[in-house]
Amino acid sequence: MPSTLKDQSNPSPPPETGLRGWLNRRTGLDTLLKTALYEPIPGGARLAYVFGSGLLFIFISQVITGFFLALYYVPSADHAHTTVAYIAKSVTAGSFLRSLHAYGSSAMVIVLLLHLSQTYIYGAYKGRRELLWLSGCLLFALVLGMAFTGYLLPWDQRAYFATAVGTNAASEIPWIGENLKRMMRGGTEMGTLTISRFFVAHVFLIPACIFALVASHIFLFRKAGAAGPFIENPFKPEQKPELFYPRQVLTDLSLTALLIIGLGLLCFFVPVQLGPPANPADAQYIPRPEWYYLPIFQWLKYWHGAGSLIGILIIPTVLAVAIVALPFLDRGIERRPWKRPVAMGAYAFVLFVLVGLGLRSQYVDKHDPGVSQQLVKQKTEEEDYMRKPFEPELSSASLVAANAALADPLAAKGKTIFEAQSCNACHGDGGVGSAAAPKLIGVSGKFSSEKLEALLKHPSVAMTEGGMQAVDLKDEELKALIAYVESLK
Amino acid sequence: MCGYAGDSENTIRNSAAPGSSLECRRSFLGALLGVGSVFVGALLSVPLIRFALFPLLRRTTELKSSPLGTLSEFSALTEPVMRTIQIEQVDGWRKAVSEKAVYITKGKQGQLLVLTSVCPHLGCTVPWNKEKNQFICPCHGAIFAADGTRSSGPSLRGMDTLETSVQDGQLQVRFQYFRQLVSNKEVIG
Repeated sequence: MPSTLKDQSNPSPPPETGLRGWLNRRTGLDTLLKTALYEPIPGGARLAYVFGSGLLFIFISQVITGFFLALYYVPSADHAHTTVAYIAKSVTAGSFLRSLHAYGSSAMVIVLLLHLSQTYIYGAYKGRRELLWLSGCLLFALVLGMAFTGYLLPWDQRAYFATAVGTNAASEIPWIGENLKRMMRGGTEMGTLTISRFFVAHVFLIPACIFALVASHIFLFRKAGAAGPFIENPFKPEQKPELFYPRQVLTDLSLTALLIIGLGLLCFFVPVQLGPPANPADAQYIPRPEWYYLPIFQWLKYWHGAGSLIGILIIPTVLAVAIVALPFLDRGIERRPWKRPVAMGAYAFVLFVLVGLGLRSQYVDKHDPGVSQQLVKQKTEEEDYMRKPFEPELSSASLVAANAALADPLAAKGKTIFEAQSCNACHGDGGVGSAAAPKLIGVSGKFSSEKLEALLKHPSVAMTEGGMQAVDLKDEELKALIAYVESLK
Repeated sequence: MCGYAGDSENTIRNSAAPGSSLECRRSFLGALLGVGSVFVGALLSVPLIRFALFPLLRRTTELKSSPLGTLSEFSALTEPVMRTIQIEQVDGWRKAVSEKAVYITKGKQGQLLVLTSVCPHLGCTVPWNKEKNQFICPCHGAIFAADGTRSSGPSLRGMDTLETSVQDGQLQVRFQYFRQLVSNKEVIG
């Protein structure tokens, strides 16, 4: 039994007593909740309207999972891959949460496309909804930006090469392309500065914009009101309205439940893989973007040389302007799809081209034996990498000490003397210093070899007071010891 | 009917106002949704909590055993020999490899002992003195016998023995640090 606006115009007065009453008088929480829930929907609740709420839910899920992943992730070319491998292989529920975040981005793009299609097909951008549509377009671009920047962060082969191609594609934009690419990469090549930039964009910049735009998108939606079914007048709704709560809320929640179950099962049974660490020297690797970028990827293949201006700049710009300007261009009151052949034709055409390009890209890969073999090999390498247990990264501190001794045989001999004479007892292993004696790292910058030899044979008063004894060694041993001390940097 | 909503205030008000069955049903639904959301939210937060608490529930720092050599190498020991072992300290997603000197020696009953070279007095590295057949710490002159027992000097206990094991004929040792300046051996990490 659909409840109508009439019998619900004031569903219940705000509570006056008890904790809820107190809280409401202080915060207006109940009033706020009622404003949120008692939004009239002309024509009543429908399954077609669920996608906006679905998007909001996935976005919140992405924020929460992203927040938790940041507990272990380090954005640097040295550590990014190790920390993601640690999350995926060692940390409890790490693989699940990482999968939820990675699949969440795909889910976001899918639901976003459905939301956009529903709005477009229903003509819900009409009737003073230009800014609502515009904020939606910006959000679409930002979500794709999130997907693009997040993809690099694991810094495995797939991430590295896909982003190398992605940023290269940007450089094909005439005039500004080369600078744009360098701006994104933080230099001419991909490196640790690229990770920093992508991380800042992915974690601070774009999310901040999304939060602001989601707020304005919802505000503008409430200002304009729900558009209702496509037989509805976009300016003055005539259909009998039904409130957002309870039926639409329940419908929206059922999509949310479906998303939770679907994503949960997917993440549990088919967790996202992590490939071997990025190796920029690998000339064999064939990069492929995530599925939603495949059409663009395929499209760019067709445009090279003189014609590239048309394919890379003019056509995408015209398309983007047409989409953004849609509510300004299509001002008719008619919303029924079958009465809007041009709009529907354009939609079908763009959809056909995008799907076609995506499928074509898959087809080309499959039918090129060299490429398909390499792609299979890459997939196998990913699976092999995932099977290996997590290997902690060697900290740089332990490497410095080990390398110093290996560099020069005389210094290596000096190292054994350093330890046999218990110099390390007070000056620490590798001369790092201790409470008992100062560090020896960098001491060669302060004293010449001759001065060091003199000090070792005849320590100064300050040294003797600190417990330093004269070193009684043969000349060649002393030379080796000095060579070792000088190698400590 | 409305008693199900679990809101006594509403119950009284609604039972006093007949014909508000819709209102009643909605508050029941609201309660159901509230409970349901809390339940699903709690369920979803389980992996998040487990993820965040991982370093508290699992050992994320550990010391592994290091090999010293085959048992036969040490069967004919006449005096302590020094071996440098590489110890691997795991710290979350990274590890540090450092070198530590240990002595392999024989106990009173002729059993193999592995001693740390860290002086139990103040942590200096204790060298073996061949001429005097003793361990003599260069820092404050603590003296230990060949089997590591305390002879004289400021140390409150003998040199510390390390946990050993034998794997495939290889003598393995697990390096540990012990509290200094106390008479009992106490592990600190």
